Amino acid sequence: MANKPFAITLKPGTSLNNLTGSWRSERPVYLDRLPPCNNACPAGENIQGWLFHAESGDYEQAWRVLVQDNPLPAAMGRVCYHPCETACNRGQLDTSVGINSVERFLGDEAIKRGWKFDAPAATTGKKVLVVGAGPSGLSAAYHLARMGHQVEIQEAGPLAGGMMRFGIPKYRLPRDVLDAEVQRILDLGVTLKYDSKVANIQQSMKDGGFDAAFLAVGAHIGKRAMIPAGDASHIVDAVSVLRSMEGEDKPMLGRKVVVYGGGNTAIDVARSVKRMGGEPIIVYRRTRDKAPAHDFEIEEALQEGVMIKWLSTIKQAEVGEITVEKMELDEKGFPQPTGEFEKLEADSVVLALGQDVDLSLLEGVPGLEVKDGVVQVASNMMTGFAGIFAGGDMVPSERTVTVAVGHGKKAARHIDAWLRGESYEPAAKHEIAEYKNLNTWYYSDAHKTVRPMLDMIRRQTSFDEVQGGLDETNALFEARRCLSCGNCFECDNCYGVCPDNAVIKLGPGKGFEFKYDYCKGCGLCVEECPCGSIKMVPEDI
Amino acid sequence: MSLQTVKFYQTGTYTVGNRLLGPDDRSVQSGELRSNSINSGHRACQGCGEALGARYAIDAAMAESNNQLIAVNATGCLEVFSTPYPESSWQLPWIHSLFGNAAAVATGVAAALKVKGKTDVRVVAQGGDGGTTDIGFGCLSGMFERNDDVLYICYDNEAYMNTGVQRSSATPPTARTATTMPVGKEPGNVFGQGKSVPEIAMAHGIPYVATATVADLRDLEYKVRKAMKMHGARYIHIFVPCPLGWGSASHDTIKLARLAKETGMFPVFEAEHGEVTSVLKIRNKQPIEEYLKPQKRFAHLFGKHAHPEMVAHLQAIADRNIRKYGLLDEEKAHG
Amino acid sequence: MLKQIEGSKAVAEAIALCRPEVICAYPISPQTHIVEALGEMVKSEKLTPCEFINVESEFAAMSVAIGSSAAGARSYTATASQGLLFMVEAVYNAAGLGLPIVMTVANRAIGAPINIWNDHSDSLSQRDSGWMQLFAETNQEAVDLHIQAFKLAEELSMPIMVCMDGFILTHAFERVDIPTQEQVDGYLPTFDPRQSLDPKEPISIGAMVGPEAFMEVKYLAHAKQMQALELIPQLAAEFKQQFGRESGGLVRTYRAEDAETMIVAMGSVLGTVKDTVDEMREQGHKIGVLGIISYRPFPLQEVRAALVNCKRFVVLEKSLAVGMGGIVATDVRMAVSGTGLKGFTAIAGLGGRNITKASLHKLFLEAEQEKLEPVTFVDLDWEVVNKQLEREKQNRHSGPIAENILYDKGMSTSAKFG
Repeated sequence: MANKPFAITLKPGTSLNNLTGSWRSERPVYLDRLPPCNNACPAGENIQGWLFHAESGDYEQAWRVLVQDNPLPAAMGRVCYHPCETACNRGQLDTSVGINSVERFLGDEAIKRGWKFDAPAATTGKKVLVVGAGPSGLSAAYHLARMGHQVEIQEAGPLAGGMMRFGIPKYRLPRDVLDAEVQRILDLGVTLKYDSKVANIQQSMKDGGFDAAFLAVGAHIGKRAMIPAGDASHIVDAVSVLRSMEGEDKPMLGRKVVVYGGGNTAIDVARSVKRMGGEPIIVYRRTRDKAPAHDFEIEEALQEGVMIKWLSTIKQAEVGEITVEKMELDEKGFPQPTGEFEKLEADSVVLALGQDVDLSLLEGVPGLEVKDGVVQVASNMMTGFAGIFAGGDMVPSERTVTVAVGHGKKAARHIDAWLRGESYEPAAKHEIAEYKNLNTWYYSDAHKTVRPMLDMIRRQTSFDEVQGGLDETNALFEARRCLSCGNCFECDNCYGVCPDNAVIKLGPGKGFEFKYDYCKGCGLCVEECPCGSIKMVPEDI
Repeated sequence: MSLQTVKFYQTGTYTVGNRLLGPDDRSVQSGELRSNSINSGHRACQGCGEALGARYAIDAAMAESNNQLIAVNATGCLEVFSTPYPESSWQLPWIHSLFGNAAAVATGVAAALKVKGKTDVRVVAQGGDGGTTDIGFGCLSGMFERNDDVLYICYDNEAYMNTGVQRSSATPPTARTATTMPVGKEPGNVFGQGKSVPEIAMAHGIPYVATATVADLRDLEYKVRKAMKMHGARYIHIFVPCPLGWGSASHDTIKLARLAKETGMFPVFEAEHGEVTSVLKIRNKQPIEEYLKPQKRFAHLFGKHAHPEMVAHLQAIADRNIRKYGLLDEEKAHG
Repeated sequence: MLKQIEGSKAVAEAIALCRPEVICAYPISPQTHIVEALGEMVKSEKLTPCEFINVESEFAAMSVAIGSSAAGARSYTATASQGLLFMVEAVYNAAGLGLPIVMTVANRAIGAPINIWNDHSDSLSQRDSGWMQLFAETNQEAVDLHIQAFKLAEELSMPIMVCMDGFILTHAFERVDIPTQEQVDGYLPTFDPRQSLDPKEPISIGAMVGPEAFMEVKYLAHAKQMQALELIPQLAAEFKQQFGRESGGLVRTYRAEDAETMIVAMGSVLGTVKDTVDEMREQGHKIGVLGIISYRPFPLQEVRAALVNCKRFVVLEKSLAVGMGGIVATDVRMAVSGTGLKGFTAIAGLGGRNITKASLHKLFLEAEQEKLEPVTFVDLDWEVVNKQLEREKQNRHSGPIAENILYDKGMSTSAKFG
């Protein structure tokens, strides 16, 4: 430049000497907000995290991220009531992302491709006994095994799966899918002993030389209601009915079957009865909107021809018929008898009024607390007896497969810590990524892929799956509908919209960094971040 | 319009980049090696639309010309904030001569390149709305008429911002500026006849005319790159909000550009040889108030002494743009 | 090669021999013939490679030249009068950016009233623009100065105006020796710009400079013109070597040896002045001439040296600093300051009024006798002027001056000859 005209002519790019960062009163910072789906997931899945990989078509990586939290995606992708989708921010934009169906696609893909879990890096030499091969027990066993512990499951029954097998009809969860996912856990080196009912937990632990135990025996005893009956033989409980459907001999319920209750189990039974050629009538004492069953299940049941009598209680059960009393809701919303009666044909009555836990194996264990028929556990899932943990339907919680899987994971982490003489402190939850944190302009308008439904007739007459899965094209489509709430998905907006080039792009998978020497703090990056993973914080001046 | 056929539902085609796209389909701005034609350290205000628009445009032109580019700059904010002695932000050969002659200087540069047989080196001229639609208009028209091999880019922030926010012929009716104060019977800028330089450019029949905003990078880059593939006189008019002059939040720069387009206030289109060849459809039509309210320059239209008749008049202008350019699509298709 | 040729055409041929790469043209009399001829040469590919650009204004003409020069092309344009004023902003800019553009100014008066004829008001208005200005006395000198101008401009990276009197020179058919291409090529090297817009070496030209460096920038421009004072005689000497004739330089004296009265002038009027001086010399008057070729930079030392031995001088100039008097005279007086020399200013030939030998004879005699007012308006029609002044004294709204004067002229003509 020496020979160039003084001052009039300048060297290129020399403005780097001018550090405009000093203008700033607020600075942008990258953050991960907790996506509402992740927050809502009882199994603690990193949904946004695995969708991120599914979006790029890397299904195996997506599955691997998924199974860090849940070893049963194919099952969960079918039976989970997907609170994630209810929480999904996209629901406020068009309709929520079909997370559940993508999960199922990934689960099925894993089975199809024979993906295996990674073996633990090292073994710990510790032995853990898991009692019960239901979702909670399988989940705990899986997580413990991946942490390097030696795990043995003792299952009272002849088959694994617990309520996934004995409580959920085949049309919702085909058994080959369940078997495949259980087998994959066993392939990790988990030992599973069938027909091994643990009668005394302390004894079993001592006999097997176990360092800790996780109890997940579930709740299998159907609740009875006091119904005056001339002949009680045609009154059965829902759990038994569903369990017997697993066997060769289908239960003999007759043509007219009254199902008593308004939960998902009642619906499952009624729909199963319909498939067996019966004529189910659900009797429930309150209204549809008060029923604990998911509305979409009620809707599907009604579409299949299941009759439902709302605001009715069974007063009397005789052979071939029952008497119901009409109810009405008082101002507080509780059903009150009206004195109006009606008779219904009924070859049998199935009670779907909930289940109790068989706590016999815990007899004599000191320090245990049982309340409302369930075992009390601390926040680390440990019972009052050190080294014995419990989860699933046998502890106070919502009784779903997903919650159970979550319990298994949580318990495994605490057991692992306990075995090392430490305690497990979960990381503090990030702030929730709310809809208002998003800039939805950047998302195209796309409609939810409607899962192909089997036609009505087929659904009513067989136990084939009601909902078909996504194929690869629409799974990809569905995954890409994710808004990635609160978590950078490398859209490059911050990098692009900065008028001061004050954002460094670190390369694929590495995200971005601010060049605070030049950032003037205009806030454009925050405003134009689609997913809300940047925020402004005051500068210390 | 932005030739993006793959639809990514997560990111759409609206974000700057997209890890899901192949390298060829990515925007220039998303590239780690983009030229950053205007380097950090420039003295533009926080959230400056012009600094952003200029980097978008010049980086795209750099990419398309294989970095064989010379820029000519009219006097104005862009010039002042980028080259105060002793530092320059520009990373390409750049010259500033005067307020009103950027188009002519560019003609001269193009002529020199032609005579020297440097056919690979291309020329862009750039200026603000004052330097383009007012004082530089004569030279601009001359350059168009001769069909000189220059891409002229106007960064329109609708007033003379560098001198302290005075009215230009691109200032919208009712807007407050230092020379159109919100006082008297008809506060703010007058309802004149307007002056659409893109349309005037089209009347010259030049090969390419386009409008764009900083809110749609891909469209902007597509247009700059398309223009750079052509020869002869080309004109791109880029809408660049000015937080200082408009009295808007520095983080609203892109939002306001988006709203200008979504309300129909700023029609986004392209034309070849005087004929409109495509328009960027409105995706989610907004009433004009959505655009006006975040800007203090329109504050006198609302509040205690509101002027609903003026708002209605502005809405009518937007509606006329929508009709004239067919900005609303029945199918709501968008690019 | 000797040619009987119009001044404009001769200059056009000289420009072409200098191999300009970009020529911008906008019509204004009396420079049109120059660019017309160049346009034809480019179109017929006699001058190639060269871009000939018909622009839409003089402002654009200079702006295009700024662009092409900054991009490393030898650039040329021509203008006059209003055209020069219309491009003023760009004129200053070209100088400020140090771009070696060569521009012919076919000197013409500035309106209003609009007038197409010769005087020096136009280029002299650009005295402080930073451009160098060389004034041609003859068409031969106009040709020669253009060739020297490219070399001078490019050597210093400074623009230059070659000033030739409109119509008097531009439209005069005279015998001119047009050099050969080989001669010019041997004298004028190819343009090696000091700064150039080039993607290989990106620079930013035209930065905003604040108080911290502005004065230095301006001083450096001044310093360059001071360098030109040394370079101009050098280039004239080289020119003589290459082309075999004297042309250019800073100043030129005529019969000045023992002169007691010196006449100082620029441009073509020097011919009439010399003729008059020849006649007066024959009559025994000790009178000589100082022709100024380089008006900017102004050769203070050379002017002082040429005048220091005389007793009095008259600056005869075709320009008027309204409200003050002479323009060139001011500079000349500065050159001789402290010598006690008596100096007179004579304003003549404004708007193309003929400067006759008779008038000059009378003027010079009065100067010799030191009877002149400090500022003399040669051949001014005092009758008309006084009438108008009287009229204005009586009535503020006395109507347009120009029309009144024409009316008065008509009246007086009819009175005299009617």
